Amino acid sequence: MSTRTDGHAHGATGDAIDVNDPQVSRFDIVREGARRDDIEIVHYEAQFPVPGTKAERRLTRTLTGIFLLVGLFATAFVVAYIWWPWEYKPGSGAGKLYTPVLGLTLGLALLGIGFGILAWGKKLLPKEVSIQDRHIEPASDEERKITGNTLLYMADELGVRRRPLLGISLLAGLAPVGAVAAAPLIGGLIEQPHKNNQYFTTGWHPKDGKLIHLTHHDGTPVRPEDVSPGGQITVFPGIEGGATNEHADSPVLLIHLREGDASEARAANQREGKPESMWNNYIAFSKICTHAGCPASLYEQQTNRLLCPCHQSQFLITDNARPIFGPASRRLPQLPLDIEEGFFVAKSDFTETVGPDFWERP
Amino acid sequence: MKRRRFDLAAVPGKAAREVDDRLQVNTPLRSLLNKVFPDHWSFLLGEIALFSFIVLLLTGVYLTLFFEPSLREVTYDGSFAPLRNTHMSAAYESSLNISFDIRGGLVMRQMHHWAALLFMASIIVHMMRIFFTGAFRKPRELNWMIGYLLFWVGFLAGFTGYSLPDDGLSGTGLRIASAIMLSIPVVGTWVTTAIFAGEFPGHIIISRFFIAHVLLIPGLLVALITVHLGLVFKQKHTQWPGPGRTNSNVVGERMFPRYALKQGGFFMIVFGVIALLGGLVQINPIWLFGPYEAGVVSAASQPDWYVMFLDGSTRLMPPWEINIPIGSGYVIPPLFWPTVVLPGILTMVPLFYPFIEARLNRDRELHNLLQRPRDVPGRTALGAMAVSFWLVLTLSGANDVIADKFFISLNAMTWAGRIGLIVVPPLAYYFTYRICLGLQQHDREVLAHGVETGIIRRLPDGRFVEVHQPLGQTDEHGHGELEYVGWVVPKKMNRLGALGPAIKGFFYPIEKPVEAPVSPGHPPVEPRAEREEIGSGGSR
Repeated sequence: MSTRTDGHAHGATGDAIDVNDPQVSRFDIVREGARRDDIEIVHYEAQFPVPGTKAERRLTRTLTGIFLLVGLFATAFVVAYIWWPWEYKPGSGAGKLYTPVLGLTLGLALLGIGFGILAWGKKLLPKEVSIQDRHIEPASDEERKITGNTLLYMADELGVRRRPLLGISLLAGLAPVGAVAAAPLIGGLIEQPHKNNQYFTTGWHPKDGKLIHLTHHDGTPVRPEDVSPGGQITVFPGIEGGATNEHADSPVLLIHLREGDASEARAANQREGKPESMWNNYIAFSKICTHAGCPASLYEQQTNRLLCPCHQSQFLITDNARPIFGPASRRLPQLPLDIEEGFFVAKSDFTETVGPDFWERP
Repeated sequence: MKRRRFDLAAVPGKAAREVDDRLQVNTPLRSLLNKVFPDHWSFLLGEIALFSFIVLLLTGVYLTLFFEPSLREVTYDGSFAPLRNTHMSAAYESSLNISFDIRGGLVMRQMHHWAALLFMASIIVHMMRIFFTGAFRKPRELNWMIGYLLFWVGFLAGFTGYSLPDDGLSGTGLRIASAIMLSIPVVGTWVTTAIFAGEFPGHIIISRFFIAHVLLIPGLLVALITVHLGLVFKQKHTQWPGPGRTNSNVVGERMFPRYALKQGGFFMIVFGVIALLGGLVQINPIWLFGPYEAGVVSAASQPDWYVMFLDGSTRLMPPWEINIPIGSGYVIPPLFWPTVVLPGILTMVPLFYPFIEARLNRDRELHNLLQRPRDVPGRTALGAMAVSFWLVLTLSGANDVIADKFFISLNAMTWAGRIGLIVVPPLAYYFTYRICLGLQQHDREVLAHGVETGIIRRLPDGRFVEVHQPLGQTDEHGHGELEYVGWVVPKKMNRLGALGPAIKGFFYPIEKPVEAPVSPGHPPVEPRAEREEIGSGGSR
């Protein structure tokens, strides 16, 4: 920042003025200050050279009105905040308007301030054009050399070159300190991802030798009659918290296929070497999309396609849930079904990995 | 005894003297007050981002007073009847409480969300302005890089904030994020397990995202914004070419009072618009989505708009899985390319664009004057190409909604996106390039032949010609000798003062129209030599 006072300020017209001269107007002092900062005010024009014109009074009135309105809206905001019925009640009522009223009063108050200030600045203050020098000339080579040598001399003073052992020992000492900073962070966060084989097992893994029931969201076991032909429901493992996010990889879509589709699906199962995975016309697939893990839950009855609404992967249920469109590259894992005392159970856990793909997936 | 007179009028002066004795701020303060800023509407786009960031800080602090960042399971017992007795996380419950049981909580939450959308939108538009006008060139490469990083840090801020309420939509987004992390070759499971402390969703992710969202990321944003503005201040703002404007000066207004007043007013307007949106336009009604459950999702699950391009790229990606048959076999899933590799490229290449362009043009000069996009067709076309690429991806991010509303096959939409992504950007490049050349040519034409007046004259031999108004001196063929200077060429007669400016006033004129019309945007600045001052008031 320049503090030149020598009167040779860039582009100055005339001589520097004496700021202590009582004849000098305040604007002259302002201009002198600008000049000292290498700024030239080349155009300075009052918006209303003649004071008290109709237009000026009109503008003043408008601004006054705006500022008073601001006060009105701000007061309205506070009043509404305190006295407007705000508690949520079902149905319609004045309480439904609480948030809109707050937004409206606050918004109008703020817009009023904004437009008021803006109009004040743009319409009442004099227009000006000032020119400031950018000083883009870089420092001279000499200056750069001095600074560079000052920096280099610091290294000389430390004498690392003369006493190399010192530098090496310092580095050797500091490197572990860096590791100290990193260790708690990394060590605290990093976990062995494959403990309990968690990426390969789900809530359907038989517990204590007992097969897991298919249950509804509320935990009641599912019977075949619960799903009509062509219908489908989401089922969860019948274990504690089976329907919660604790078992986010366990939701399963249980589909009751119609006769023709069922035999097609059964044939496809045979081809894949996993017969007996269906129970009668019932078939169950993991609901967790193998692409990005959304629940693939839009089932199109007529075409037996299952669509994932996140990225539109489509799986053909009658062909082992093979992906037939979209970004998914792997079929949905099938849950082998059986029946025990009239309730569905899972014969075993999924034989394939559930959910989005990862590097170690065999 | 005579009491010492207390001169109230002298207090400020005396106080100022005392302060300056101690801090010596006089001269720096004056040069700050006097600093000249060039003015143009397009310079205000970045301000919108700054102002919405301030609103984000204000509303965000309020929200933290009530939000509970925890995945602890609770049973809802608040005012919103339809969800009573539902099991949910404490995070979702407290978000519902902010919406229903805290006075004015909903308006704050909605203002926060709108401000976030506006923040990202203004960053992008601001970035486009910088790109298309060449404001990133030397000496401002560093600020381009900081600004570009600000976009990605803002993106992270948005995503972590979007995940916090733990509603059905944000939980789905979080699950996709975990799938994206899983897709990274070799370390995918390690990264995911480290971040989620176990398999998705774990118990701690909301607390971790919370501290990232309210402390780490905002801290980084504040730091980057400070450096960004500091550099603008230090390097001085760029300006458009025009009368009296050179590479080594700044033509505009001093910062105080007029420029600062306008900025202050603009801040209040941005704040007011956000307040109106927050109160009147519903956004993210989390109570309709329900708590996040791994098995529940609905159609039309879209992320916030600035994430949609990644959603789109994920949808368009063909199911190309790479299997590596070593040992029991390894996989690179198709999700890896559009969500890790693509953003990686999108982060790195534009970051270094200023250096790439300078290298190609062998340009080592300092540039303080902006370029009109038409004058640099190559860059403009490249920008149009990038924008169209982004647009195809963003539209594809909503392709299920488009398919639904316009009765188009969903699969057709996906294919249209796949083909469009390859075909549209080159077309955008070509057409933009041609349009730029056409506009350039028209500027030169007007400089050579003058402005079309709309007056048709019949010549004695029966031909009709249109009369052109030359813009300056002409040679013996009636051709103008003006050089193109990189700024707007007047193309209509009323720009030349043939018609007076529109008269102000709704029912009757407020003031006698001024005689000499001034074209908007550039006040009359005479060339240096014959410059004349117009003083305030009396000297006229």
